[in-house]
Order: sequence, then structure tokens, then C-alpha cells
Amino acid sequence: MPRVWKFGRDVDTDQIVPGRYAPYMRPDADVGTAAFIEAHPEFNENAQPGDIIFADNNFGCGSSREYAPQALKNRQIAAIIASSFARIFYRNAINLGLPVFVAPEVVDQVRDGQSAEIDIVNATVKIDGQEFALEPLADFALQIVGAGGIANYVKEHGSFPNAIG
Amino acid sequence: MDSQTPTPDQQNAIGQTLTEKIFSRNVGRNVKAGEMVVVKPDVAMGHDSLSPGIIKIMREQLNIENVSDPSQIVMVMDHVAPASTVGNANAQAKIRAFAKEQGIRLFDVGRGICHQVLVEEGIAAPGRIIIGSDSHSTSYGAVTAFGTGMGSTDIALCWGTGQAWFRIPETIRLKCSGQFNPSVDAKDLALWFCRQLTIAGATYEAIEYHGLDDLPLNEKQTISSMAIELGAKAGIFPLSNVHITPENDWLQVDPQATYTRTLEVDLNQLEPQVAIPHSVDDVVDLSDVAGRPIDVVFLGTCTNGRAEDLAKAADVVAGKQLAIRLIVTPASRTALQQSIADGSMQTLLDAGATLTTPGCGPCMGRHQGTLAEGERCLSTGNRNFKGRMGSPDSEIYLASPAVAAATALTGQITDPRNVTQELEIANA
Repeated sequence: MPRVWKFGRDVDTDQIVPGRYAPYMRPDADVGTAAFIEAHPEFNENAQPGDIIFADNNFGCGSSREYAPQALKNRQIAAIIASSFARIFYRNAINLGLPVFVAPEVVDQVRDGQSAEIDIVNATVKIDGQEFALEPLADFALQIVGAGGIANYVKEHGSFPNAIG
Repeated sequence: MDSQTPTPDQQNAIGQTLTEKIFSRNVGRNVKAGEMVVVKPDVAMGHDSLSPGIIKIMREQLNIENVSDPSQIVMVMDHVAPASTVGNANAQAKIRAFAKEQGIRLFDVGRGICHQVLVEEGIAAPGRIIIGSDSHSTSYGAVTAFGTGMGSTDIALCWGTGQAWFRIPETIRLKCSGQFNPSVDAKDLALWFCRQLTIAGATYEAIEYHGLDDLPLNEKQTISSMAIELGAKAGIFPLSNVHITPENDWLQVDPQATYTRTLEVDLNQLEPQVAIPHSVDDVVDLSDVAGRPIDVVFLGTCTNGRAEDLAKAADVVAGKQLAIRLIVTPASRTALQQSIADGSMQTLLDAGATLTTPGCGPCMGRHQGTLAEGERCLSTGNRNFKGRMGSPDSEIYLASPAVAAATALTGQITDPRNVTQELEIANA
């Protein structure tokens, strides 16, 4: 059963993947193996596909390194639900097709280790069997996530989604 | 009658922020904060750390073989310069080959940090929209450009299509009055903004800095580089009066512009500031942490590695010997040459400083001064996140070049105004 990984506020990208573990420094390694390698070794060792990250304000602050959300995507994290996100991280996650939701009232009620399942299209999350509604992704973001990322979207459609074009 | 009713375009022209003016100019109609637009950025910069991935995304995921417009693109080798492993040496070789094949301007190892090089080369210029694969691309606001950092996929899309999408941000105004006290400078102000606004205080917003017309360019760069530490999308200085010409007077501040809020700062009240581990907004007056032991000092980065910064540090250490390691990484070759010409490099070396290749140096913990377990570094850089410069058990303090130099002389966090006194106590 997928689980909740609960984080605090201002989780910076140096915590998600330290610069020393960038693909530039380890070209032959899967960057997913470096996710939270120093800041949260338990996550690094035990996170399973389908698990969900919950976090307080400003998740993903700091550098523009796209390999931070890429690492979480490679670990097949189903979604990140935070009270708020840092700007570049939010955009990078959408661009990679990694679903991100802003839901402070849900984050407040969730504890580390609870079971969690998410329905991206209907924007609901079940925590220990209790269902919570999430603010759905903006239409253009949903189109990008649905395509598996903006690179796929642009390759298929030849342009950015209409909502922003 | 109809001719007297302003069109939406005319209405939007009234009371624009600098960000709205820059985007309006680019898209050829008047746009307001909150609008989504697709623009052709004037510049799309990639550095050595991420360009190999950007090229891969463009070619393998987007199936675009050649860049849309080579003249739009700039590449700089600064993050690991020169290469420290076979892996990043191979990556750099790929970048050189790609730049040559595509006709892209490349500034190779030793030229300096991307944000400094683009300003020195005039590639970052007033009114331009500049995106970079680096969060400190807010630095270009120092020359009244809209600069912002983006991830590899956004940069790859721009290289492949020429375009990028934006939500035009609202703007916060930071309004300064008064003058800096001696030994207080733009770095203390940048840290003060972090202290007041917090690490997420300007998320999704642009910043305009008002009341700092007389600030030299290097200090504007210090402040704009750290706009991202507030979460901001851009940090823009208005053109100073002496730089307004008929060609750029469209960029003058509109007194009717609307801001989400205004924060006022009296520079006369500002004391030296220090960010303590492990967050850029955990900022205190230097006097609260004076005396804390430090193992190594780092003078450099896009925030504080310019010749003027090196000169300030040289003034403090002149004729004295360092108590601890001082790593000096000039922001560019030009900065290094200037610091040689003005004597400050000689002064720093005489005091016992270590000089490294111009570039990012140990800021990301990859080379040229990676921190050991338990080490405490005082850095003139912009980030003190846990483990950023090396071991997750190391600590980073952030401060100005003058504080850095004073600390290198005593081995403990020191106010540059108290150096002589501290050294007398230590010797007694």
C-alpha cells in the first residue's frame, strides 16, 4: 500500500538532490537513487512507487535543478501535495509530468506513514481510507501532466497547450 | 465618441511596472500582470552543469536536432571549471562540440560565472528578457533586464522552438532611503531583505528596487542575484538617471505603477548581517553571532566575487596574516585581472589567501574547497542550505566580503570595524 512521506517547510532542492549527486557529477547513475540521500535517508532507502509526498510551505525552494523533481519522478512518486511550492520547482514538476497539488488544509491533517492513494484526474486523495478533495490542476497543467510532460505534449501537438498559447 | 474611449491596449499602457513594460515591448502589445504570454526571450543561457541534459531533452525528447536561433543562445562553463572528473570532462567536451556545430557563443573554462560574463559582455542589457538554466539568473535585473531561472526542459524548449511561456508576475517594491554605514554594503541589504521577507516572501512575484540609483553596478548585481532567495521570479533595478537615453526611456519607472506591496528600508539603520545555518532567511545582526569559530572562508560567487568585492576584502586584510583558510574565486577573468591591476590580489595572496579559477568555485560543494564533516564555513555566497558546500554535517554562514575578510583574520565571526581590537585580544 502506498504511503505518506511527510516533510516540513522550505524543503530546498539541495536536500532533494545535493549538487554533488547531479547527473553532471554521476553521469552513469539514475538520479532517482540520490533522492533525499542525505536529508532523509529513510525515504531514500524505502520510498516505493505510488507513494505520496506531503509537505508544508515552499517545497522545492532554491536552485533551478530539474533533476530534483526528476529524481522523485524516477522513484515513481505519485504526487506531491504541499501547502505551497517554490516557483521553479512547481513549473519543473509540471513540465516533467509529475503531479503537484496545493492543499494546505489537507497537509495539516496528514501524518507521516499513513496509507495514501491519489486520483489525479478527479483530484482526490485517500488517507487511511478517508477521502479528501484537492484543487484540480489548472487545465493547461493537466494537459501537460496527461501527456507525460511538456516535451511529450509539444512533440505530439507541435506547440504549447492552448490555454497558454 | 468612440475615438475617446481608451482601447484595452491603451488602458494597459497606464501604470505599468518595469516587468509589464519589458513584456509589452517583447510581445508588441500592452500586457498586465497575471496574463499568460508566449515570448521569444532575447537570451537563453545554459551552463556546463545542465547543458548536456538540455541538449539531450531537445534532441531525444522533443526530436529537434538543431536550435531554433543560435544567436539567442549563450553557453558558459562555470559550475565545474576546469573539469574535476572524467564524467564532467566528457560532458564539457560534448558542450564544446555542440556549440561549434550549432554556431552558439560559448564562454569556456576560466572566463567566469555565467551571470557575471553576460553582464560584462553586454549580452544582459536593459529591457531584455533573459532566461537561464540557473536560478540566479535574477542577477540580470541589475542592468534593468527581466532575468529568471528555469529548468532544463523549459530551456530545451526555448533552444528548440525559440519560445518560452510566462505568467507575467505582479511586483513588490523595495524602497530604500539613506546611506550605508561604513563597512555595511549591498550584501547586508540583500540579507536584510531575506530576514524581512523570508525565503518564500516574494514567490511568483517580481521585485523592483527603488531609491538605490547611486549604487554601483556590482552592488546591484549582489542584490539582484539574491532575489531568488526570496522566491522571486525577477529582481529589477530601474535605470539610473545617468543611463537613460532616447532609446531606453520607455523603461523609466511609471509613478502610477501598481505594486502588491512596498517595503521601506532606512539604510542608515542597517548593521552588518549574517545568515546562519541552514536557511538564507535565518538572518541575524552580526553582533549576535560575533565570536563563533569558523574553519574556512569563501570569497566569491555571482553574489560577491567581483573585483570590488575582492578590493573590500583586501582593504581589511592588508598587511596582516590570515588565521584560517581563505579561498578566493573571482567571478570572472576580468574581475581577476582588475584585482591584479588594482593590487588587491597581491594583498590577498600576501595575507595567505588561496586563488582558484574564476567560476562558481566551491559554492555547490563540487570542487575547489568542498567542506568536511563538522567544518564551519563563512561564505560571501547566496545559499547556506544543509550540505550545499559538502558534508551534510558542515555549516555555512553568509556575509559580506568585509565580514568574510575580518573573519579570515581572526578565525571567528568578526565585525570588520573591530578587527584591530579583536586581533589585539587574540595576541594578548
